Amino acid sequence: MAEPARARPKPTPETQHYWDGAKAGELRLQRCDDCSNVYFPPRPFCPGCASRKVSVFKASGKGFLYSYVINHRPAAPGFTPPYAIAVVELEEGPRLMSNIIDCPQTPEALVLDMKLEVAFEKLDDTITLPVFRPAGG
Amino acid sequence: MRRNAVAVVGAAETTELGVIPNTSQIQLHADAALNAIKDAGLKLSDIDGIATAVETPQQIAHYLGITPTWVDGTSVGGCSFMLHVRHAAAAIEAGLCKTVLITHAESGKSMIGKLPRSIPADSLQGQFEAPYGVYGPPSMFPIPVLRYMKTHGITHEQIASVAVFQREWAAKNPRAMMKAPITVEDVLNSKMIAYPFRILQCCLVTDGGGALILTSADRAKDFPNKPVYILGTGESVETPMVSQMKTFDSSRAFTVAGPTAFREAGITHKDVDHLMIYDAFAHLPLYGLGDLGFMPHEETGQFIADGNTRPGGKLSMNTNGGGLSYMHSGMYGMYALQESVRQMRGIAPAQVEGAKISVCHGVGGMFAASGTVIFTNEK
Repeated sequence: MAEPARARPKPTPETQHYWDGAKAGELRLQRCDDCSNVYFPPRPFCPGCASRKVSVFKASGKGFLYSYVINHRPAAPGFTPPYAIAVVELEEGPRLMSNIIDCPQTPEALVLDMKLEVAFEKLDDTITLPVFRPAGG
Repeated sequence: MRRNAVAVVGAAETTELGVIPNTSQIQLHADAALNAIKDAGLKLSDIDGIATAVETPQQIAHYLGITPTWVDGTSVGGCSFMLHVRHAAAAIEAGLCKTVLITHAESGKSMIGKLPRSIPADSLQGQFEAPYGVYGPPSMFPIPVLRYMKTHGITHEQIASVAVFQREWAAKNPRAMMKAPITVEDVLNSKMIAYPFRILQCCLVTDGGGALILTSADRAKDFPNKPVYILGTGESVETPMVSQMKTFDSSRAFTVAGPTAFREAGITHKDVDHLMIYDAFAHLPLYGLGDLGFMPHEETGQFIADGNTRPGGKLSMNTNGGGLSYMHSGMYGMYALQESVRQMRGIAPAQVEGAKISVCHGVGGMFAASGTVIFTNEK
């Protein structure tokens, strides 16, 4: 019997550019052409000023560890506990949920404010997930 | 809204609380509703307004045999019932209905007739949170707490003390699920759920329900029980995605709902005799004390650890034992409201002597929503 799979995101027309970017090895954000607000999650207007003039750009992929839990139980399908569920604050401002790879999943190793950089984990032919690893590691 | 224009004239929980394997979720709604109607000395046909969450108002109205002139299906998580009280008070004031029934019930433990909850893969949560292994509230609600602790200088021991002192309150409540005394060491050595939280810092999972009946204050004096007046209310929402909160140092929804209720009530924090802060997890009372303006966030941990909220302390908080020790069927807000009403009626098992003003503050989702109701027993 196959192992239960990790939850797969299903893109919508408004988020497709983000998932296309991840597949191409880019973390893509959006910026408002009128007020310069950088925001996440994706949507075709600025949640700061309501302008529909927005652009997609490639983010630096750099950020820091804002907060996290190390989940022990119950574990989500496709995950082996304990595993960290992190929130990363990006250099450009927005925060996003992610996992931290190449790092022990312990409070000693996961230090708030540690620098992180984006990496990409291919789930299947259509979905690649942005994840993060300690910067310069 | 005018202060004290509307009152709670009926309040009851389900006949049983805890593990109720012989009753479906909708029947738990009905059990709570019938108990509240009896408490108010009313007939079902007297009810002309109905509000509920998760289950739809049409489901509850039909099951009870009520055809209302006003309905509210606001469903924003566990504080939905605080919002129902606020909306019902406004509706009664506006003349849309006269007598509102608010019901909550959940077969949270036994899962009988419980509606499935799922996150669609093409929702924002399904795309940007679920793939990273969040799986139920214990893996999500504590995500902000390490940042909160670092920003405000809060310790693991201080947060553990929340569970310890609420257990002291629970020991005074015959209907509380968990009554055995615990220590900070017990909490910090209990089974790890999602670091930094252990099982004694997470709410119970139980079956049960509760219902409230509200009517205008000028009618309230004719009811069998002491009326409990609505002095002030507030509500807000922030985001269904915990990762997208504006900051983890505070809850934006709390900072709107709480202060709005205080302003409407025209009271200061010194006037508060009794406080309920929805405690699905042990950090919520700290966020609540800070965001409602009782003290700076930096002082909340020490304030609780020093015993100020325990029985006999200067600010009686979560006097039923809370979601951590009393009961938590999934949407705890109704039980917090029930305890505030009991305290204002003067009939709580752990009664705060002479209490005249009770603040009842709720959260919905993972800091997604908030509702605050301030009650008084003096008009």
